[in-house]
Amino acid sequence: MTLREVPALAAARKLKLPKTAERTLANGLTVIAARRPAVPLVEVRLRVPFARTNVARGMVLAETMLSGTSELSNVELSTELQRIGGGLTAAVDPDRLLLGGNALSSGLGRLLDLLGLVLSDATYPSGEVAAERDRLADQVRVAKTQPAYLARAALNHRMYGRHPYARQTAEPEQLAAVRPAALRSLHAERVHPAGAILVIVGDVPPAKALDAAEAALSTWNGGGKSVELPAVPGIEPGPVTLADRPGSVQSSLRIGLGAVGRTHPDHSALQLANLIYGGYFSSRLVENIREAKGYTYSPRSSIEHSAAGSSVVVSADVATEVTAPALVETWYELGRLVSTPVGVDELEQARQYGVGTLQLSLATQSGLAGLMSSLSGSGLRLDWLTGHAERMAAASVEAVTEVAERYFAPANAATVVLGDASVIEPSLTRLFPVTRAENGHGE
Amino acid sequence: MRIPTTKYPVEQYQLANGLRVVLAPDRSAPVVAVAVIYDVGIRSEPEGRTGFAHLFEHLMFQGSENLEKLAHFRYVQGSGGTFNGSTHLDYTDYYQFLPSNALERALFLEADRMRRPKITEENLRNQIDVVSEEIRVNVLNRPYGGFPWLRLPPVMFDTFPNAHDGYGSFVDLNAATVADAEDFFTTYYAASNATLALAGDFDVADAQALVEQHFGDVPARPAPVRPSFAEPDLTAERRDSYVDERAPLAAFASAWRVPDPIGDFAAYLPYVVLAEVLTDGDSSRLVERLVLKDRAVTGIGGYVGFMGEPFEVRDPTAMLLSAHLPPGGSVDAVLGTVDEELDRLATGGLVPGELDGIKARIVAQLLRDLDPVLGRALRMGTIAQQRGDAALTNDLPRLIGEVSEESIVAAAASLRPSRRATVEVVPGGAS
Repeated sequence: MTLREVPALAAARKLKLPKTAERTLANGLTVIAARRPAVPLVEVRLRVPFARTNVARGMVLAETMLSGTSELSNVELSTELQRIGGGLTAAVDPDRLLLGGNALSSGLGRLLDLLGLVLSDATYPSGEVAAERDRLADQVRVAKTQPAYLARAALNHRMYGRHPYARQTAEPEQLAAVRPAALRSLHAERVHPAGAILVIVGDVPPAKALDAAEAALSTWNGGGKSVELPAVPGIEPGPVTLADRPGSVQSSLRIGLGAVGRTHPDHSALQLANLIYGGYFSSRLVENIREAKGYTYSPRSSIEHSAAGSSVVVSADVATEVTAPALVETWYELGRLVSTPVGVDELEQARQYGVGTLQLSLATQSGLAGLMSSLSGSGLRLDWLTGHAERMAAASVEAVTEVAERYFAPANAATVVLGDASVIEPSLTRLFPVTRAENGHGE
Repeated sequence: MRIPTTKYPVEQYQLANGLRVVLAPDRSAPVVAVAVIYDVGIRSEPEGRTGFAHLFEHLMFQGSENLEKLAHFRYVQGSGGTFNGSTHLDYTDYYQFLPSNALERALFLEADRMRRPKITEENLRNQIDVVSEEIRVNVLNRPYGGFPWLRLPPVMFDTFPNAHDGYGSFVDLNAATVADAEDFFTTYYAASNATLALAGDFDVADAQALVEQHFGDVPARPAPVRPSFAEPDLTAERRDSYVDERAPLAAFASAWRVPDPIGDFAAYLPYVVLAEVLTDGDSSRLVERLVLKDRAVTGIGGYVGFMGEPFEVRDPTAMLLSAHLPPGGSVDAVLGTVDEELDRLATGGLVPGELDGIKARIVAQLLRDLDPVLGRALRMGTIAQQRGDAALTNDLPRLIGEVSEESIVAAAASLRPSRRATVEVVPGGAS
C-alpha cells in the first residue's frame, strides 16, 4: 500500500459579500435587502424590540398574531400565503418579537402586504386566542418533560438570578390566563416600527425590495416607546447546581460563562478560543469526551449574543454512570485552556474553520437572511464580516490564550447538572460542592 | 399561477470501477458540496444486527487507508468546511460542505475511505458507546422519542427489513464485531454501489479530472444485488399502543401504504400532494377541522415516507399522519373525523384554488431544498442512485404541477381504515 498525501488547499477566494441596500422609512423601520438569485424565492426577517414584556402575554401574542385581522380570518390568511407559495411565523425571546416569512419571489409584494396587515391590524379573536393559549400551555407541559428544556431553564436561573433572562418561558397556568384584551393592548403598546429592522433576501434586486417594503409598511404606526434591559449581572461563582430528574438515563451538563458581544475588541479571539475548546467537532472537548471516552454523543460549546449580554454555554448529555468523570473532563479542559497556551496547529485549524465557514454562511438565502438579521441585532451589517475575518486571521497564540484566560475560567462558571439525583449525587459531592436546584427550576 | 422551476446543469457518467458521478456546477458563490451516497440502508442490515448500518456510518469517520482517527474531521474543518453523514432506510450518505478551494481535499478524503476504512476494536467499542448515547438523547431520555418513525413500522410491516428498529437494540449493537464491519464494507461499500455528487463552484472539466485522479483507482467490486423488500398491503386495520413514561399527553400516528415511489412515480406523486392538502397550514383540511374547529388535536402533520423524505425512498413506504392530543382527547374520535374528512374529499373534491396554493407551497419548498449546494448534491445524488437520472431533480416542480385533482381525490379515497396501521402513545403520567 502506497502512502498518499492529503492534497493542499487551492488558493482561497476572498470573502465576497452580496449586493445590499438599506433605507430607513419615515416611521422608523429600517429595511435591509440583499440579493441572492440562486432560486426564485425570497426570505424576510423582521425583529421588533420587545424587551420587558410579560412572558406569558408575549408568548401568546406570538402564537396568535397570525390568527386574524379585521379583513382576514386565520384560514383566509393561510390561504393568501399559500397562493404565493409562502408562509409567515412569529416568535418571541426576551429581547424581541421575530417575524419570519418566505415566498416565491414573484410574491414578495403580497407577502409584505400581508405582513403589514398583521402588524397594523392583528385582532386577536377571542375563540382563536382561547384555543391557541391552551395549545401553547400543552406544548410547555411537553417541553417540561424534555431534559434539554429543563437543563437550560435551570442554567438560565443560575446565571441570571433576578434579571429578565432568568425566566424565558411562562408556566402553563400563566398562559391559560392570558386574555385577548391584554394581547391587543400589548400589541398597541409595543408592536411598532421604531427600532425595528426588516431583512429581505432573495431573487429580487435590493432597490426593488426596499420599494416593496416601503409601499407595504410605511403606514405601520410609528408610535411606541423604547425599552431597554439592564446589562446581565456577572455570574456568581458557586457550587454545582443539581436538578433532579428521577429515572433519567442521561445527565445533562450545562456550564455558563460570561462573554462579550460582537463589537468588543476581544470578540474575534474569543470565537477562536471557543472553537478550540468545544465550538466545533475538532475541538478539545469533543475529541476528549466523545472520541476518546465515548461518554456522550454531542458535546459542544457556543457563544450566544443577546441584547443585554453575551455568554459561552457548554453542554453535553452523558450516560448517567459517567456523570462525574464527564464533568471532571469538561472542567479539566476549561482549566487546561486557561492555564496553558493554545497550540499553534490547533489555532491555525480553528482559524481556517472560523474564516472558511463565513463563506458557507453567506451561501443560502435563509442562512444569509438569518445572519443579517442577527448581526443587525448587534447594530452591525454584513461588512462587519470582512473585519471579523481579518481579525481572526491575525489573532496570535498570545492573544487567544489571553482571551481564553479571561473568559473560560472554571472558577467563574455557573454549572448545572440535570439527572437522576439519587444515582449521581454521591459521586458528584465527592468532587465538587453541590447544591440542589430550587423547586421550579429543573422540576 | 406559473410554476417556477430550476435549470441546474448536470453532468452524469460512470467511472470504470462503476462509481456513478453527478456534477452540478454553480459558480455563484465560492462554496462546494461533495456527497457520496451508498446504496445501503437500514433495510439491508442483517438480523441480529439492528442498528448496524448506522453504527457502520460512524465507523466510516474513524480513519481510512491513509488517515488516522480524528484526521477526517480535522482536515475538513481545518479547510473551513463542515461534514456529516446520515443513515436512511434505503441509503447512507456522507458529505462535506466547504469553501471551493478545498474541493480536491474533500475528494481525497472520500476516496480514501471508499478504498478502506480503518476499523479497529478500540474504535468500534468507542463508537458503540457514542451511538448508545445518541439513542439515549434522541429516543430513551425524552418524551415521544422515536415516534413515529421507529414505532409505526413494526405495526405496519411483518418482515425484518421493514419492521425492525433502525437505531438498534443495545444487545445487537454491543454484539457487533470488527469482522461484521469488514463484511458489511466489502458487500455494500463497493464503488459500483455508490454515487458521488458534486454541486457548487467548480469547472466541470477540472472536476472530472480530479474525480478520475482520486477515485479512478478505487478497486472495482461487484455491486450487491438489491433484494425486493416488498410486502403485501394490509387487508385489515392494525392498531397498537405503548406507554411512554415521559409523555404528558397522548399522541398517535397512522399510515397507509402508497404506490411504489420508483416503479410507479405517477401514481405515487398524488399522495405527496395529498399529505399537504390534509395538513399544510391553517387552511389545510385536517388542521382547519381538527386543530382550529374541533380542537380535537393540538397539532397534526402529514407526510410520505417514515423519515419524511418522499423523493429519497423506495418501496414499500407509506403516507403518515401524526397528531398530538389535548388532555382528555380520544384517538378513536380523531380517527373517525379523519375518515370523515377523507370521505368529504373523496366525494366532494377540492375547492377552486385549493390545489394551486398547495402546489405553490410544495414547489417553493422543493426550491428551498435546492438553494444550498449541499441540498442540491444530496438530492441529485440520491435521485441519480435510485432513479438513474439526476436531471429529474429539475423536473420535480413541473411534475408536482401536473398532478391532477382526480388523482388526489382517488388517493384520498384509497385511505380506508382497513388499510390503516395506527400506533398510539399512552402517556405514562410523568411530568
